[in-house]
Amino acid sequence: MRDRTFAPRRIWIYLVVSLIAAAWLAPLIVVVLNSLRTNEEIAQGSMIGWPQHLAWSNYAAAWSGFCVAETCAGIRPYMLNSALVTIPATIFSTMLGAIAGYAVSLWRFRGDTWIYGIVTLGLFLPQQMRLLPWTIVLRDIGLINTLAGLVLIHTIQGLSFTTLFCRNYYVAIPHELIRAARIDGAGFFRIFWRIILPLSAPILIVTVIWQFTHIWNEFLYGVTFTTGQQQPVTAALIALSAAVADIPQHGVQSAAVIIAALPTLLIYLLGGKYFVRGLTAGAVK
Amino acid sequence: MSNTAAIRPGGPALPEWVRRLPEYLMIWVPLLLSAAHLVSFSLWTIWISFTPSTLIPVTGWVGLRNYTAVAASRNWQIALDNLLLFGCAFVVLSAATGLILAILLDQRIRGENVLRSIFLYPLAVSFVVTGTVWSWLLNPGLGIQKLVHDLGWTSFRFDWLIDRDMAIWTIVIAAIWQSSGFAMALFLAGLRSVDADIIKAAQIDGAGPVRIYRRIILPSLWPITITVVVIQLQFAISTFDLVRALTNGGPGIATQLPALVVYDLMFQRSLLGRGAAAAVLMLLILLAVLLPYAAWRYFQRRRAAHA
Repeated sequence: MRDRTFAPRRIWIYLVVSLIAAAWLAPLIVVVLNSLRTNEEIAQGSMIGWPQHLAWSNYAAAWSGFCVAETCAGIRPYMLNSALVTIPATIFSTMLGAIAGYAVSLWRFRGDTWIYGIVTLGLFLPQQMRLLPWTIVLRDIGLINTLAGLVLIHTIQGLSFTTLFCRNYYVAIPHELIRAARIDGAGFFRIFWRIILPLSAPILIVTVIWQFTHIWNEFLYGVTFTTGQQQPVTAALIALSAAVADIPQHGVQSAAVIIAALPTLLIYLLGGKYFVRGLTAGAVK
Repeated sequence: MSNTAAIRPGGPALPEWVRRLPEYLMIWVPLLLSAAHLVSFSLWTIWISFTPSTLIPVTGWVGLRNYTAVAASRNWQIALDNLLLFGCAFVVLSAATGLILAILLDQRIRGENVLRSIFLYPLAVSFVVTGTVWSWLLNPGLGIQKLVHDLGWTSFRFDWLIDRDMAIWTIVIAAIWQSSGFAMALFLAGLRSVDADIIKAAQIDGAGPVRIYRRIILPSLWPITITVVVIQLQFAISTFDLVRALTNGGPGIATQLPALVVYDLMFQRSLLGRGAAAAVLMLLILLAVLLPYAAWRYFQRRRAAHA
């Protein structure tokens, strides 16, 4: 219960919680340790083991050495692709979502409920329903197999989340604030810039973290709309494990996995509170 | 408001709509694009599902033939069986794990923040990474089984990854590991919002902790439970990356799921009409979960408004 009167029971609680926490950390620890073991060392034993000596060379190989398909540039070009897709798409979708959320919550215009309702349906529509149309559209506008195409997709699709997040946040801002500013002659953008934006830091952080994590981790669009050198890092990881299936290089692969997971893990460590807020905000609408 | 332009000194009296054009553009263009793509892409996919399209989309009408072909295929039937098993097992077990974790963390223990971060960190990592890592751990020649063998217990068996009947459970394991933290976060928020006065009153009446949980706290969690179940089901129905990285549908087609069938039909076999039909079937499965939930939410809200 919520008091501290049951001392013996509390030891059990700590024991159980620590055991589960250890199980939750185990995969991460295993991969980190493997990324520091040589391929031969792993091949002799199992994936689970302590490094005999720290094989930092795995990281160099993973970053810029090993081969996927015909190119041997490591994971670096794919990390760059992911960054070039994720950063612009996160900025665009957050900016546009903030303005749309602000318009829908504080300005009210004809048809706002309808259009907002349809946009939020995007949270539920499976990606599979959009794969073929996106393929055709991207081909027609010449953006198939380009990073710009992925930026476009993630910006438009991200709007569903960003508009929802921002709208739910701005709805709580008192309307009198807006009304007073309008009487003083301030227009749509000036109110946004002077009044709304300064209040928006918490929700913008949540939105940026959420978008960044989702777009960085996305796989289906990446693998469907891009090939070869244009793929984001999630797709490249799959291509890598297929490429080395005959002669596995588990040390290097582990290092590649760590590198690919690092950006979102770092963001999680730095902004965990906001990450969780986005998680629960997306759930409880 | 419409006459503010007239009073503003020095400004030429532009018509209102011209003056406000930038804001209209900024509001409407993104929203319309988003809404239009959702509606038109859905209709487009539905339309393709009724055409004889194979390599490229073509016009024509084949009625429900694509649907019957998909529904009759072994791939799809296995995918549906798997979805049923995976969906139920994953949703029940991850909700249960999440609830247990939330109750444990709710005991005012030290290090709660650290523990919460540990249970939630898998959600920050992509399913491709998770699936790859679990494929190593569960690989009998490489992971847990190999470790136990090396330690001397050579009859130990944990080879679900290559066992046709058990392979789907490897996906359940990985999915639970990845998303129980999400259930925990929601349940924990629910536990913290239980009225402290009611609990105090029950304690004064002599109710023990188990009784308070069973009679007061857990019953108040059921709306959150439904939300958790629906969201996890939605995830289960569209699971793709995790399976792609963990088993790639194998061994054979033993861990096929609807999202993999859609991808396979559309982009590997170039049967666009059938792929679209499978995608629409996926949507229908999803609606079978979401529509009752939406109706329930609607009535909840109406009751709250009347109360």
